[in-house]
Amino acid sequence: MNDQEREKQFEEKIAKGEIIEAKDWMPERYRKQLIRMMSQHAHSEVVGMLPEGNWITRAPSLRRKAVLLAKVQDEGGHGLYIYSGTETLNISRDELINDLLTGKAKYSSIFNYPTLSWADMGSIGWLVDGAAIINQTALAKCSYGPYARAMVRICKEENFHHKQGYEILATLMKGTKEQKQMAQDSVNRWWWPSLMMFGPSDNDSPNSAELMRWKVKRYSNDELRQRFIDRTVPQAENIGLTLPDPNLKFNETTKHYEHGEINWEEFFNVIKGNGICNKERLETRQDAHNNGAWVREASEAYAAKHEPKFVAA
Amino acid sequence: MSASQGPLWEVFTQKKSGLPFEHAGSVHAPDREMALQNARDVYSRRNEATCIWVVLSDNIVSSSPEDVSSFFDPSNDKIYRHPNFYKTPGANFE
Repeated sequence: MNDQEREKQFEEKIAKGEIIEAKDWMPERYRKQLIRMMSQHAHSEVVGMLPEGNWITRAPSLRRKAVLLAKVQDEGGHGLYIYSGTETLNISRDELINDLLTGKAKYSSIFNYPTLSWADMGSIGWLVDGAAIINQTALAKCSYGPYARAMVRICKEENFHHKQGYEILATLMKGTKEQKQMAQDSVNRWWWPSLMMFGPSDNDSPNSAELMRWKVKRYSNDELRQRFIDRTVPQAENIGLTLPDPNLKFNETTKHYEHGEINWEEFFNVIKGNGICNKERLETRQDAHNNGAWVREASEAYAAKHEPKFVAA
Repeated sequence: MSASQGPLWEVFTQKKSGLPFEHAGSVHAPDREMALQNARDVYSRRNEATCIWVVLSDNIVSSSPEDVSSFFDPSNDKIYRHPNFYKTPGANFE
């Protein structure tokens, strides 16, 4: 069988809704696209620990602190699930992490925004993780088995992240005038970047058509964004938060919320590396990696001494 | 780059005794003990497992998808291995 016949067979499999597994033949471009998407996703989980890690020591109560620690630990775990899934595509985690540390690979732009107040822990959980859940629930049905399975695992855990964030904001909205203001200010800052998490409008998304045909993506960026807005607006109203979009209104005919224009210039600018925290996030990851080198070296030396047959040549 | 992150281990978890082990994913670790600990931290933060197996990925032998038809062929034409192949007039087997 030549590659053209194999590709035809592959496309038929996908069209029938079959799942592709690691050892199955796949077009090089499918493999490359998945490595790009999955590693970006894994890096986002890992870098995503930083904005919240910033607040662990300043959480307002022991309960909140324990919750935030558990959430950040989950994010590290999610990064590892997805790295593990990505490695099935014949690329090593060392290579993937190297691409992150050298700035070659991207991660979600949302983590290049700073966390200025405790209320931001609420907004991140409610809005950022809320948007992530919508994306990830769709990806749990993607055509690549190892990615889909990692997503199923992640979605189960994200619900806790989502609800704890909402609880933080709901609590602040029942508090003093200053606390309400803090919550509102935080939501004002995170609303638009959260909408940008779904990526550019479908007309401007270069990879979308191919990824849809291969069923890696099952819904368009705009569809998922709409789903997020429809779900989130009533939750905001429920606790008296307003969303910073004067054009946001419910359309009785379509039964969907309409929203104002998204500032894509800002989005592309942050992707290019000009966000408030791009430099700081990358440096923090590099430091963490370099400062942890002695641990890897020591554990390797220990293993070589005690379990030589298990140490990779 | 500094030292590597150790070899790759495949992780299998058993939800509770009596149930089969299921593949959960993989971890990197320099030795068996750390492989088990990493597997616990990554794949069982919410009591998803009561027992974990880890095995070096290199030690797993898998059949290959290209041979799927020839490899599994011997079982295709033996419908007499299934109970509904047999006629049992009137008798109750429930």
